[in-house]
Amino acid sequence: MQNLLALLYLASAVLFILSLRGLSSPLTARRGNLYGMTGMALAVMTTFFVADSPVIWLIVAAIAAGAVVGAWKARTVAMTAMPELVAAMHSLVGLSAVLIAVAAVYHAGVSHSGVQKIELFIGAFIGAITFTASVIAYGKLSGKFGARAINFKGQHLLNLLLALTMLGFGMAYFFTDSQAAFLMMVAIALALGVTLIIPIGGADMPVVVSMLNSYSGWAAAGIGFTLENPVLIIAGACVGASGAILSYIMCKAMNRSIVSVLLGGFGAEAATAGPAGSAQKNYRSGSADDAAFLMENAEKVIIIPGYGLAVSRAQHALQELTDLLTERGVDVRYAIHPVAGRMPGHMNVLLAEAEVPYDKVFEMEEINSEFGTADVALVIGANDVVNPAAKNDPASPIYGMPILDAYKARTVMVVKRSMNAGYAGLDNDLFYMDRTMMVFGDAKKVVEEMLQAVH
Amino acid sequence: MSATAVASAVSQASHGLSTDPFIGLLTIFVLAIFVGYHVVWNVTPALHTPLMAVTNAISGIIVVGAMLQVVDIHAQQITLTSVLGAIAIFLASINIFGGFLVTQRMLEMFKKKNK
Repeated sequence: MQNLLALLYLASAVLFILSLRGLSSPLTARRGNLYGMTGMALAVMTTFFVADSPVIWLIVAAIAAGAVVGAWKARTVAMTAMPELVAAMHSLVGLSAVLIAVAAVYHAGVSHSGVQKIELFIGAFIGAITFTASVIAYGKLSGKFGARAINFKGQHLLNLLLALTMLGFGMAYFFTDSQAAFLMMVAIALALGVTLIIPIGGADMPVVVSMLNSYSGWAAAGIGFTLENPVLIIAGACVGASGAILSYIMCKAMNRSIVSVLLGGFGAEAATAGPAGSAQKNYRSGSADDAAFLMENAEKVIIIPGYGLAVSRAQHALQELTDLLTERGVDVRYAIHPVAGRMPGHMNVLLAEAEVPYDKVFEMEEINSEFGTADVALVIGANDVVNPAAKNDPASPIYGMPILDAYKARTVMVVKRSMNAGYAGLDNDLFYMDRTMMVFGDAKKVVEEMLQAVH
Repeated sequence: MSATAVASAVSQASHGLSTDPFIGLLTIFVLAIFVGYHVVWNVTPALHTPLMAVTNAISGIIVVGAMLQVVDIHAQQITLTSVLGAIAIFLASINIFGGFLVTQRMLEMFKKKNK
């Protein structure tokens, strides 16, 4: 019986790995998701037999309640709000880890060995930090708290002191088995989650969300060690690795080191930098009709969507425009920068929602060589990711960041509300090039006007 | 039976070494990180948001840990431990159902259009 249960756990761990593997292509992804669900169902079923006299009614009731809330959220959430949802879900994993650790500490009749106490400590403090940090990240992403970075003197010293005190209480628990010490340790870890995240600005949130994704995995693995449960450890380790890779990819795409993100202050830096260059520079602006005319007569158009596109809900109109142009023999493609949305892959989902076929959507490395032969590069709601300063100006804060080479296209069109600077607060030389045409206005309105002009 | 037995069975499978269960678990942990690392690098960047949603659902596996707390202790069903465990089950289940279903919803959008 025990061997059978261990094998069932193994099977569910394999199913989890297969579900991640499915995501290597949109064709296999849905099957992968089914593997994941099966793995989860199997793990839960098995656990009913692993537990010593489980209180079945309570477990089933709790699962059912969670299912209702989860299914409702999954059904109603807007795709633009995915980053918030994901951050909120990270916080739930963190809080569960804390509750489980506390429950285990108060488990009457079970005494924990030294190793187990250390594991409990690790699981609880990672969980606690994940919980409060994710709540703050959720607040920043959803605009409930300001996205601005909060910096004050002695911030890092405070964090260090908190960490040391937390460690102190952890040791007190280790030597005395004091439940109060364990609770104090958890309380400090909760505070630490807040103080660690508030100095990180809005622009760095994609990294933070990925990082918390990673933490939630490590928290699960930590609890797995405490309960000596292999499936928890395997699933937790995979999630932890996944989040770490995503953080790395995001950092690289923004040319930021993970250390500088964590120490924070990017938003603040940019704010003090202000608009660079006081001299008035000339730019050319045109109407949506002009832009539409140029695109109609082009052979190859590359569209660069940014988050501004999603904010004004212009994706569907844009897709209609693409369809019309394609019908007239124009080769239209989309180019996506890794940080185009507010979390990894966000823009791809937003375009997919607008029924843009995924084989028309290209990643930066795939499409950058194509700009040289493109007649039109249409930049909508993006700014910093097409700023040539990242390539030519070593003094620029974004110098070294990989960009989409829109400036190489024969004509560059930029749809923008005004000449205001982007997220990073920088001026963009792309706007002042001779072959650049600025089209001012709300993205959705402009695209709709273009659509009418093409009709 | 306890989960301990599962773990020690795993650790003893390696050359019959009778080590602390912790060593077996650590072995699993380290190998799983490598598996995760290689599998995730193969995920297409276009699906990174669904990846995050599905890993969210998978980290809901912590529900297993929560279930192990909701047990009869000295013939008592409602204890501090079981109540905390039940709350944790509730939270983790939100993740599981929310995560898998929202992933499903996103992946439906990536379906190839038949024109």
